[in-house]
Amino acid sequence: MQNVSKTLLGVASALALSTALPSLAKADELTLCWAAWDPANALVELSKDFTAQTGTQMKFEFVPWPNFADRILNELNSGGKLCDLLIGDSQWIGGSAENGYYVKLNDFFDKEGIKMSDFAEAAVNAYSTWPKGTPNYWALPAMGDANAWFYRKDWFNKPEIQAEFKEKTGRDLAPPKTWDELLETAKFFNGKEIDGKKVYGAAIFTERASEGIAMGATQALYPYGFKYENTPGKYDMDGAVNSEGAVKGLEAYKELYKCCTPPGYTDAYMGETLDAFKSGQAAMAMNWFAFFPGLAKDENVGGDKIGFFVNPKEATAASTLGGQGISVVSNTDNMDGALAYIKWFAQPDVQKKWWSLGGYAVHNAVLNDPSFKDSQPFAADFLVAMNQVQDFWQEPSYAILLQAMQKRLHDYVVADQGTAKEALDSLVKDWTEVFEDDGKL
Amino acid sequence: MTDTDTTLLEKAADRATGLTPAPLAKRIGGLSDRAIAWLFITPTIALLLAINIFPLIWAVRLSFTNYRANRPNAVLENVGVQNYQRVLTDSDIWIAMQTTAHFVFWTILLQTLIGFTLAYLIDRKFRGHAFWTTVILIPMMLSPAVVGNFWRFLYQPQIGLFNYIVSFTTGVPPSSFEMLGSVSLAPWSIIIVDTWMWTPYVMLICLAGLRSIPDYIYEAAEVDRASAWRQFWSITIPMALPFIMLAVLFRGIENFKMFDMVMLLTGGGPGSTTEVASITLKREAFESWRTGRASSFAIILFVAVFGLANIYVKALNKVKQR
Repeated sequence: MQNVSKTLLGVASALALSTALPSLAKADELTLCWAAWDPANALVELSKDFTAQTGTQMKFEFVPWPNFADRILNELNSGGKLCDLLIGDSQWIGGSAENGYYVKLNDFFDKEGIKMSDFAEAAVNAYSTWPKGTPNYWALPAMGDANAWFYRKDWFNKPEIQAEFKEKTGRDLAPPKTWDELLETAKFFNGKEIDGKKVYGAAIFTERASEGIAMGATQALYPYGFKYENTPGKYDMDGAVNSEGAVKGLEAYKELYKCCTPPGYTDAYMGETLDAFKSGQAAMAMNWFAFFPGLAKDENVGGDKIGFFVNPKEATAASTLGGQGISVVSNTDNMDGALAYIKWFAQPDVQKKWWSLGGYAVHNAVLNDPSFKDSQPFAADFLVAMNQVQDFWQEPSYAILLQAMQKRLHDYVVADQGTAKEALDSLVKDWTEVFEDDGKL
Repeated sequence: MTDTDTTLLEKAADRATGLTPAPLAKRIGGLSDRAIAWLFITPTIALLLAINIFPLIWAVRLSFTNYRANRPNAVLENVGVQNYQRVLTDSDIWIAMQTTAHFVFWTILLQTLIGFTLAYLIDRKFRGHAFWTTVILIPMMLSPAVVGNFWRFLYQPQIGLFNYIVSFTTGVPPSSFEMLGSVSLAPWSIIIVDTWMWTPYVMLICLAGLRSIPDYIYEAAEVDRASAWRQFWSITIPMALPFIMLAVLFRGIENFKMFDMVMLLTGGGPGSTTEVASITLKREAFESWRTGRASSFAIILFVAVFGLANIYVKALNKVKQR
């Protein structure tokens, strides 16, 4: 029996070792996890300098956006060792801090002289701190981002189209500055034939599964006055989430969806709006700044053919926050290496190169540089947007809160169920239940 | 029987006894046959317990807690039957159950009708029937992921073939309707794809049933001058019925769990129009991370399917015994 036990133990140990071996990071190697998109390629390029300076080899685990949260949060929840460094979504900060997935960086920042005041305040608040508004840092701002718009500048510049628009609306055709103007412009272009092809007003986010429609609709909700709470930190949502302004904002988003999106865009997110624009179907489209460098360089619709504009205001000016901070994963086997990367990444020169490669640095050395606004056709809009961003809940229960919003918005906007007021009232009910379960109400 | 015969028989029996090998147990270290049987069965039982029974028991346990898989450090609290209460009183979940029932009903009805008709026609053994049988079976052999993506393109309102075919036959402009984006059409778009994919499966089972009917019964009916219609209703249908019911059982259980096809085609949308129970369960468990509540929902679904299947199997057995 003893022999049997020993054999079993031996087999079990061998199995355990064989499965553990691949996940053991070498001391001179770091794995950085992020989403698979344009800025990730820029980061690969940028990180070559880190390898050259330190000799540490960089490995990258880039997950497509639709699977990013599932894949990485499963990794964190299961105590995996895949990632030494993680550029995770801003909403994850609360849960990751409370569950001990991220290393708290305050002492490290103090020791290395890294000052959070060197970064844009909105970015630090969104990408680094938990609880919000406190100087507890769990990430270094890595990729500033916001939702904004781009349009077919060549179509807007056509004299015959300008004349027709002037005649119809009484104003000059230009990138819209308010949501009313946005709707008017989208309706004007929708169904028009340009260059022998039927075009549509605007491509917007309507995706149901992850975060798409919530990120898209808040572009309308925030400017019309939507707030998460009446009193910050009190979770008193009734009258804020379902305020008169919020209802108008949601109605405006639905109107834009109904009047002016290309056929079949009932479940569209980043990729689909880019496709609609690049294929010459949409006069305007929304997406994250992260994609703008690629769009500006696009052979068919970039260069002189494209223009950019920040989210139009209505009652107030606001943009939906995207972007991420870079965190050190607590489970890393190469803590020193991971921290060394953070220290290297925080340097002003590295941040400047990061911006030049297509990453969105939010270091003041980059943003306050006099040449910044002219460095890219969308740089000035980026500055405006980053000063007016609003973020989704960053609570540890953000996933439940987000799914509830996805459902209520999609049911109303895409599936025509109920009214905007009913959708937002239901959302208040859903969110109240979540916060009650969390013991916060 | 003479004494000589008896002696010969005894000798033969003795020889036979000598040829019979000694029990396996006696050849392996004195273990009993029962012990050896257990030795062989134990790994399978352990595997079954590990991958089937243990998760089930664990899910039952979690269903009475507030556990969330994405917050492993949170204090685990017993919440009694609160999860069950919330699931059973959640109107969204009841809507998902209704949606599921709608899918199950229509897919089974269409697949059974079309599948049996195809089987009946194939059973006529016309020229080239083997070729057509193979062609009909192709959709069933494809991966649901491939089928889902394939039909997504077919349903695309601007470039999809489906809309063009409808447009060609009805005159309705192709981009004027969206199969996957319309609240009224999206459920039917999934029913169409599921029927396209799984009718061959029903056809195969029905074909087995039809081929199991002995020819002499039809020959006897011919002698009795029974009409073709009479033969169909009095012989073919009753004798194939257990097979048809078996196909309905298999498809019913499968379609109650329908997930991949819906996820790939509509993701449960537009809104929650096509959100079947399995998708609601997935959202609850792996998007909202309310593991405890998702477990209670899974248990409720399990009990429902198990109960309904049992009732159905009893009915099936009665039909077989007729």
